[in-house]
Amino acid sequence: MKENKDTIDKSLKRKHKLQTKDVKVFYDDFMAIKGIDMNIRANKITAFIGPSGCGKSTFLRLFNRMNDYIDGFRMEGEILIDGENIYKKKVNVEQLRKQVGMVFQKPNPFPKSIYENVAYGLKIQGIKDKSYLKDKVEDSLKQVGLWNEVKEDINKSALALSGGQQQRLCIARTLAVEPSIILMDEPTSALDPISTAKIEELIYELKEKYTIVIVTHNMQQAGRISDYTAFFYMGELIEYDKSKKLFTNPEKKQTENYITGRFG
Amino acid sequence: MNNIRKNRIKDQVFKFWGIACTFLGLILLMIFIGSIIVDGVQRIDWSFITSLPSRKAERAGIYTALMGSVWILIFTTIIALPLGIAAAIYLEEYAKESKLASLLEVNISNLAGVPSIIYGLLGLEVFVRIMEMGASVLAGSFTLALLILPIVIVSTRESIKAVPKSIRDASFALGASKWQTVSQQLLPASFGGILTGIILALSRAVGETAPLIVIGALAYVPFAPESPMDEFSVLPIQIFNWISRPQHGFETNAAAAIIVLLLITFIMNGIAVYFRNRWQSKLK
Repeated sequence: MKENKDTIDKSLKRKHKLQTKDVKVFYDDFMAIKGIDMNIRANKITAFIGPSGCGKSTFLRLFNRMNDYIDGFRMEGEILIDGENIYKKKVNVEQLRKQVGMVFQKPNPFPKSIYENVAYGLKIQGIKDKSYLKDKVEDSLKQVGLWNEVKEDINKSALALSGGQQQRLCIARTLAVEPSIILMDEPTSALDPISTAKIEELIYELKEKYTIVIVTHNMQQAGRISDYTAFFYMGELIEYDKSKKLFTNPEKKQTENYITGRFG
Repeated sequence: MNNIRKNRIKDQVFKFWGIACTFLGLILLMIFIGSIIVDGVQRIDWSFITSLPSRKAERAGIYTALMGSVWILIFTTIIALPLGIAAAIYLEEYAKESKLASLLEVNISNLAGVPSIIYGLLGLEVFVRIMEMGASVLAGSFTLALLILPIVIVSTRESIKAVPKSIRDASFALGASKWQTVSQQLLPASFGGILTGIILALSRAVGETAPLIVIGALAYVPFAPESPMDEFSVLPIQIFNWISRPQHGFETNAAAAIIVLLLITFIMNGIAVYFRNRWQSKLK
């Protein structure tokens, strides 16, 4: 009987890469997240949607503890990755962030060469083997479809790339560290439609190997690429379902109003 | 209607007042530089720069004072640079919101306002007497390093602060520690700004006279310093000394030495501006 329960737990863990248990976030006295329970599945794309200030970005940043340094930040509840609470005292935050990569809203390459950008995450782990780094950089750039565009200019400044290329570089940089989860905070909101399409295609390919959580303001984008969608409003998780279901037949009135553009 | 007219007139009045104020400063500077050049430029030649001091005005040169200034600059940099940058990193990245940090901050801005002669007295007591360095290059450099430390700290903090937050975020998100982020991202990205601040601070140090006189720097040194423990003179002291001589020839010498000193500070400021511009264009 017990054995049976263990195997069920294990398979649940496999399925649910990320779990949050009654998570509350405070900025001083302001409650930004009001108790969210959520399970995020492995190797799926989960989209967070909702109006500005609804807490979706704050919630996303909990998963790699990027809120830790914000003044007045406090959090209650538990966040489990593969069943491990990442807010336990003993957790090594640097280690966690190698496992949970993040791509930001505005492309933010380092003011260094393309090579240095991708190799950075590995170098800070103490990896010095030049040929390994080179392979890894090439590999990561290939994964994001940037290799052929930049292979001649690998030692040139990353700031010379276009916005879309920069964002793909930032994704490559994240992939180089071999995370299992990738968080994306509105990764295409600063890009033109063609670059956006490329990034979306890329995200779709990446889910084979990674669990992806993406915050987006673009409902079509959420509908196009995500398997699951979560609708947040005023720090609460209003509805969370398969994207197909949520966008065609939402349970809650609020969700329907939002996705049909009646507010937000 | 009436109000709009009034405001427009006020606007014009202020504009001209502002132009007048700006030009007043500029014109005074021009007159000053012009008269110095008229007085001194014919005295400047290679032998003026390479000659030792002398009692005869026409044979006296600035070699020892110039070398003294160079030695002082080098050692001031060596002392002030690591102290200032480390303090700035601590205040900016590590101590951010603590009470200690704000206490330190207030004191650093106060230090920047302390008259330089007070630094001279401190240097005399601590470096010359207690630490028994004597009136040496080293004692002078420590004193001037203390003097410019607040400037270095403030300008370094500004440069580090100017690095976009997104760079920090990116570095942390890849699993970098604070020190890795500081040493491999923030410092390289703010290098130009830090350098600018340091050069400006040094160009202030090279013109300082009072604190060095207080610690006992000499007006007449027969030889250029050969080690940090040697006695020294610096250009401003040499100028001060020449101006106070009665013979007319020394006045010309002083004007010529002022031109050299001004050239040094202008060149240093020029380099600072160059780095600042390059750095700004690099960060976009």
